[in-house]
Amino acid sequence: MSSTTSAPLVAPDVIARVLAKGRSTGADFAEVYIEDKRSTSAGLDDNKVEQVTSGRDRGAGIRVVAGDTTGFAHTADLSEKGLLAAAEAAAAAARQGDGGVHKVELRELLRHPVNTVRIAPSEVSKARKVELLQRANDAARSVDGAIVQVSAGYGDSYKRILVANSDGVFAADDQVRTLFRVSVVANGDAGMQTGYDSLGHTIGFELFDDNDVEELAIRAAKQALTKLKARPAPSGSLPVVIKQGTGGVLFHEACGHGLEADLVGKGASVYRGKMGELVASPLVTLIDDGTMSGEWGAIGIDDEGHPSQRNVLIENGVLTDYMWDFLRSRKEGRPQSGNGRRQSYADLPMVRMTNTFVTNGTDDPEDIIRNTDHGVYVAKLGGGQVDTASGDFVFGMVEAYLIENGEITEPLREGNLIGNGPQVLRDIDMLGNDFAMGNPGTCGKDGQGVPVGDGQPTLRVTAMTIGGTAA
Amino acid sequence: MSNEVPELQALADSVVAQAKPGEQIEAYVSRGGETAIRVYEGEVEHFVSAQSEGVGIRVIRDGRTGFAYAGTLNPDAIAEVLADARDNVAFGTPDEFAGLAVPDGVAQVPQKFWDEVLAAYPTADKISLTKELERLTLGMDSRVRVEEANYDDDWGEVAVATTTGIRESGRGNSCYVSVSTLADDEDETQTGFGFSVGDSPKEFDLQRAAREAAERATRLLGAVKPASKRTTVVLDPFVTSQFLSVISSTLNGENVAKGRSFFAGRIGDTVADPRITLVDDPTNPLAYTATDIDGEGLAARRNVLIENGVLKMFVHSSYSGRRMGTPSTGNATRGGFAGTPGTGCLALQLTPGTRSQQELIAGIDEGVLIQMVAGLHSGVNAVSGDFSTGASGMMIRNGAVAEPVREFTIASTLQRMLLDIVDIGGDIDWLPMRAMGMSLVIRDVTMSGS
Repeated sequence: MSSTTSAPLVAPDVIARVLAKGRSTGADFAEVYIEDKRSTSAGLDDNKVEQVTSGRDRGAGIRVVAGDTTGFAHTADLSEKGLLAAAEAAAAAARQGDGGVHKVELRELLRHPVNTVRIAPSEVSKARKVELLQRANDAARSVDGAIVQVSAGYGDSYKRILVANSDGVFAADDQVRTLFRVSVVANGDAGMQTGYDSLGHTIGFELFDDNDVEELAIRAAKQALTKLKARPAPSGSLPVVIKQGTGGVLFHEACGHGLEADLVGKGASVYRGKMGELVASPLVTLIDDGTMSGEWGAIGIDDEGHPSQRNVLIENGVLTDYMWDFLRSRKEGRPQSGNGRRQSYADLPMVRMTNTFVTNGTDDPEDIIRNTDHGVYVAKLGGGQVDTASGDFVFGMVEAYLIENGEITEPLREGNLIGNGPQVLRDIDMLGNDFAMGNPGTCGKDGQGVPVGDGQPTLRVTAMTIGGTAA
Repeated sequence: MSNEVPELQALADSVVAQAKPGEQIEAYVSRGGETAIRVYEGEVEHFVSAQSEGVGIRVIRDGRTGFAYAGTLNPDAIAEVLADARDNVAFGTPDEFAGLAVPDGVAQVPQKFWDEVLAAYPTADKISLTKELERLTLGMDSRVRVEEANYDDDWGEVAVATTTGIRESGRGNSCYVSVSTLADDEDETQTGFGFSVGDSPKEFDLQRAAREAAERATRLLGAVKPASKRTTVVLDPFVTSQFLSVISSTLNGENVAKGRSFFAGRIGDTVADPRITLVDDPTNPLAYTATDIDGEGLAARRNVLIENGVLKMFVHSSYSGRRMGTPSTGNATRGGFAGTPGTGCLALQLTPGTRSQQELIAGIDEGVLIQMVAGLHSGVNAVSGDFSTGASGMMIRNGAVAEPVREFTIASTLQRMLLDIVDIGGDIDWLPMRAMGMSLVIRDVTMSGS
């Protein structure tokens, strides 16, 4: 499955005719996105491999833009007839009505591979995939008798995409992703607690050469066991130290979404009109980079056919750029940034993050903890959510501890932290030199989920509100 | 279902007819379409018109389950899906409880899921009502901007067949409008939303959607971060609906069977305030998620889960039921052709009180009206019961709504919150969600702010 040899999913001459049909009602832009995705997943729960699932998703989404109006139709029928019918529907949806004849000339097929696959998951037997689940199950249960339940999941996908538009863009990408997750339940005197860990990269089955599912399972089990002894999290405002490679979601929510040009363009971001201004502590340099080989959000091209790239969004605290898709770039007369993404052929693309991370600072992570008298140490974050217009955001702490007199002490029960994006960015006062990427994530926006990565060194926020119950 | 779809039923039947001796097969086929219209600044920003279809096939042999799906009803693809599902069987662990649902004689409650007015509704009228919604919203308050006004409808047809004798097909359609707002005051921006659902666009209440969207955003302007304290919260109907959905996972028979519910073994115990009677009733046509069959094709039914505070039962699919030695309660869930059935509540309803939200608030000296919560997926753990969410709303002082507050959390545990419910509103709202909404008053919740 080399990423440079497979033939386009649909012949260029067919695509050119479909795009011409898309423009036939006077639209100034037409685009075809074709996807063919095969996936395999397997789930274990309660000591049993419940089932192996094979999936096939294949179809085309056709977008036609006339002025400020976008028409969109999708079809699972990839024949020329099916594609032309969808193009006609999309064109009708965006009709302006000049009825002219258009000719579309495609460029040479662009490929911009950033990921490499050593072992195609399709070449690996299902038995080996299932065996990983059983190893994880055994490992988690062997940690302690208090582990009463384990579920584990394996998933791989091989997605081929082809994007072409009436401006001549013609690009393809092959995306192979492999994922593994474990969640456990531990039971103790004070009730049940859960542990969770996951592993995912835009690579093949070699994921498991470099990572041990048993170690992953043991980490999840230990997390649940630790939480059995957890006390209620504090309430109120405290300094928060976030461990490297676990807190990228903080930036994803605190400012990532707010730097998406579609939200900025509608005035729905607290970062609108702030280009060139200091929006964060000077320690913070924030980057979104779709080219990070193998990372969960790595893509060769975005879902509008633009090559992925590395974009500096905040440099030493100063807002340097937003993220862009085709429509917003066109409106503002500036280049695309490789951030036009969609969940599948059945969805319209919009501005999305890829791998979003904060670069290294200079502090020794040990010093960050030592310099914190009383606070919370978050060793693992859960998901988050943001209101981009007000900037208020939350994120969950899945594994957290109290910091007392410069030392990590007692484990805390789960809860959310809440803050305001611009305020939290300004309140970052220490940044470690131990950068790491975090767990694979799925970012949801407007009902669409796309794979994203995040990362950050250990850092401290001088004050955040902890959503616990203790005084 | 009420409107049979013979063509899809025949397709599902034809898959099941290929079962070999010793093999159980379930075929689930569906197709559908959607229209999505978004209006911004008086113009159509996008218009989506799309069709989709697919098949999911489950094969069970010797207690082992295999599954495959494809997003097409092309005959070659269906043959490939069946072959893949069969191939996948070998890798499952034998499970004595694995199997398909078996017809149980429970009669379906007839309901109407297809609306001819919606099916024939002209596209131009859909666009103009979306524009009207934007216009109405902007007219509510000069501080309000509209981020987007949306019209969405969909139709779907589905058929399921099994070697155990399930044969069901049906079709339905639905529509709703929604609007997202921004309200500005100098440097500050707050957000709101409003929506309206109906069997057809004729039933939309655009005025109400516009008014609520404008009010939600404007009433938060000037909001401050409150001081931390333990207090009484009044959940807005929209928040109550989300709270009930979280609670429902603890009443899920599969979670109980697998040791993931703190209510395991507690049937007959008082687990909630005696005012609480919680019912799962998809046969109530008022419920947005009303249905006549569950995800396995058994009749949907009314189940009383908590009665006067006492835990009465858990909900079951055929699998969780077999594990617990009890019949299915008609509570198999299904996310479409790409997944196998799970277990869960279908349409939750709480027996209402009699008073309006204003009357409930009038009885509270000090508290908070919770208008929105954030991070239910990240700060609530239905296994441990820990509950912590971001929130915004209005302070309650001396029996009346006072200043707006934001950027705080509310926290307790699910176990405590059920017991700490002190009042239930009569303000039923049939929201487009899995649970109905109404105001709910809960005492002794920790509000964490400055």
